[in-house]
Amino acid sequence: MGRDGVAHVAPFEPGGADAVDSKASPVTFRNPFGRQLVIGTPYLWLLLFFAIPFVIVLKISFSESRIAMPPYAPLFEWVGQQMLAIKLNLANYAFLFTDDLYVSSYLYSLQVAAISTLLCLLIGYPVAYAIARSTPTWRNVFLMMIILPFWTSFLLRVYAWIGLLKSNGVINNLLIWAGIIDEPITMMQTDFAVYIGIVYSYLPFMILPLYANLEKHEVTLLEAAADLGAHPFTTFRRITVPLSMPGIIAGSLLVFIPAVGEYIIPSLLGRTDQLMIGRVLSDEFFANRDWPVASAVAILMLFLLVVPIMLFQRYQHRAIEART
Amino acid sequence: MPAELASREALTQGASRENAAADAGKAGRHANAAREYVRIENLTKKFGDFVAVNNVSLKVHKGEIFCLLGGSGSGKTTLLRMLAGFETPSAGRICIDGQDMTGIPPYERPVNMMFQSYALFPHMTVEGNVAFGLEQEGLPKQEVAKRVADILDIVKMRQYAKRKPHQLSGGQRQRVALARSLVKRPKVMLLDEPLAALDKKLREQTQFELINIQEQLGVTFIVVTHDQEEAMTLASRIGVMNHGEIVQVGTPTDIYEYPVTRFVADFIGSVNMFEGRLVEDEPDHVRIESPELGTIIFVDHGISSAPGATVWAAIRPEKIIIGREPVLGDENVVKGVVKEIAYMGDASIYLVRIPSGKLVRVTRPNVFRHAEDRISWDETVWLTWHPSSPVVLTQ
Repeated sequence: MGRDGVAHVAPFEPGGADAVDSKASPVTFRNPFGRQLVIGTPYLWLLLFFAIPFVIVLKISFSESRIAMPPYAPLFEWVGQQMLAIKLNLANYAFLFTDDLYVSSYLYSLQVAAISTLLCLLIGYPVAYAIARSTPTWRNVFLMMIILPFWTSFLLRVYAWIGLLKSNGVINNLLIWAGIIDEPITMMQTDFAVYIGIVYSYLPFMILPLYANLEKHEVTLLEAAADLGAHPFTTFRRITVPLSMPGIIAGSLLVFIPAVGEYIIPSLLGRTDQLMIGRVLSDEFFANRDWPVASAVAILMLFLLVVPIMLFQRYQHRAIEART
Repeated sequence: MPAELASREALTQGASRENAAADAGKAGRHANAAREYVRIENLTKKFGDFVAVNNVSLKVHKGEIFCLLGGSGSGKTTLLRMLAGFETPSAGRICIDGQDMTGIPPYERPVNMMFQSYALFPHMTVEGNVAFGLEQEGLPKQEVAKRVADILDIVKMRQYAKRKPHQLSGGQRQRVALARSLVKRPKVMLLDEPLAALDKKLREQTQFELINIQEQLGVTFIVVTHDQEEAMTLASRIGVMNHGEIVQVGTPTDIYEYPVTRFVADFIGSVNMFEGRLVEDEPDHVRIESPELGTIIFVDHGISSAPGATVWAAIRPEKIIIGREPVLGDENVVKGVVKEIAYMGDASIYLVRIPSGKLVRVTRPNVFRHAEDRISWDETVWLTWHPSSPVVLTQ
């Protein structure tokens, strides 16, 4: 029907947009083994590289230290002909609570990790928000800038901070030259240096999940809030923040969990009078060669981390449920 | 034949007066119908080089349902967004109830918008969504609760108050969105394609509910839609938009029966358009010679245009009478062959090929269930119409 002759009809349009018929055909698997392979691979990976090492470490943590090779007593011992004795040595765990060193290291690690996470969130949220709201071209540039540091060695980047922070380093020299200070400020071997190092290193892990979340937010929701009389700050507090909660939690855990066990940054930049638990762990293993105590430290640290991970899992589960 | 038509003339004119009366009734339902409430003056919005809204001036009365009707890219949504305050006009201004809206941010305007996507807050319950706007006003908790409950009663969503948006159907979400905007008691309520996301049956039903709620609360509605049926049912007046400009403002009957341009005639409903030359222009009638039609079109009212000017005669398909019996005369009559028939249930559409080669669209209601002698394919038929039926358009 030509447009010249007869104008287009509308009054009787059948169904309109609703007429779209989704013909979802059931998915069939040609090879049932292939499916099991796909599902099984990650489990196999977890078994090999998580479950088995974990059991080994758990086992060592319950044995006695001895000067031998390996440096711990076996857990299972044959007594006589038909008796298998299991010697569970709880002394390693008890020891962790008798020596003040361990408890204070744990608490200090948690404190450093918590404050660093908060700092990352405070810095990362505005950055992620700005990236999510920028034009697609700029967005890619910004994301590239966030990811770029990963192309150089982590160790190298932390060493670079020594050059910046030390007494005759770049920052102190610059401040003295500018006449702001007369004597160099001690920044190395302080909490400040540790926070700088951790926040600097882990900031991308906060920004990226936050960005991924914020980028999906519908601008209409913000408009709707404004339309209903909410000032921009109220809109942010009541709409943007609650909706970005999964991103906040994912980013926070990605920073918090590795930060608790962080070894390199506090070793290079941090205090010498207060160790973080990662350093204690490595000292027990390599300096003291006390594998059972080191294992106990590792196991306890794992439980400190498992709690937040489980909380995260629960939250994510609920979030996914809420969306469907 | 002219005599026969003359007798029908009185009839159709009577009918058109009736339509006008119906429109007047529609407007009269609202109190203060004549009072101008929203005034848009020379409003222009440019995005770079693109002019989305071009020098639009418009008055909307208090308590009416005003529909902005246009295709995609006609600027209707941009106009609505400027009313809401989401877009800043490049020029011109908007006054609501005498108050200049220039420079007033969305969150301080006495208007509320219902978004096409509804934009319900997914992390809040129905109740939470509806209460959100009132909480911003700092009202006491009890009053908020009462007003939320009241409005949820009106939209019949009280029993779903504790649900989250994802637990609701499309129609229910639409009601929540409506309630969320209405609970603020806005001076003007803006609706962006309010029914587009609903299926056809629900849409028809909701249209009337929307009108009922609007009458009950007396809020001024400005509705944006691309669906002419929706506009026809909802609106007391319609503003047809094209390329950022308002091309015609009028009641649904005005727009349909008295379109002022070819665009409006073509956009609203379907129409047969015949290009021709004005050969006789008297105060009480005109004659148009149309080679495209192959006959003289006689129209029983005058127009003001120069003789010899190119004009277009627009005839609605339902106003053309189709029959097997030859009709005598050489004016307003054309012979043709039926090429296509579309049976729609309530009516049938016939596409008739006339000697000039043009296809003419004719609709005819299916009055009788058994119609053995229903006009069939390839039959020769005569088409005729009343001299009041063609609309003569000069642009």
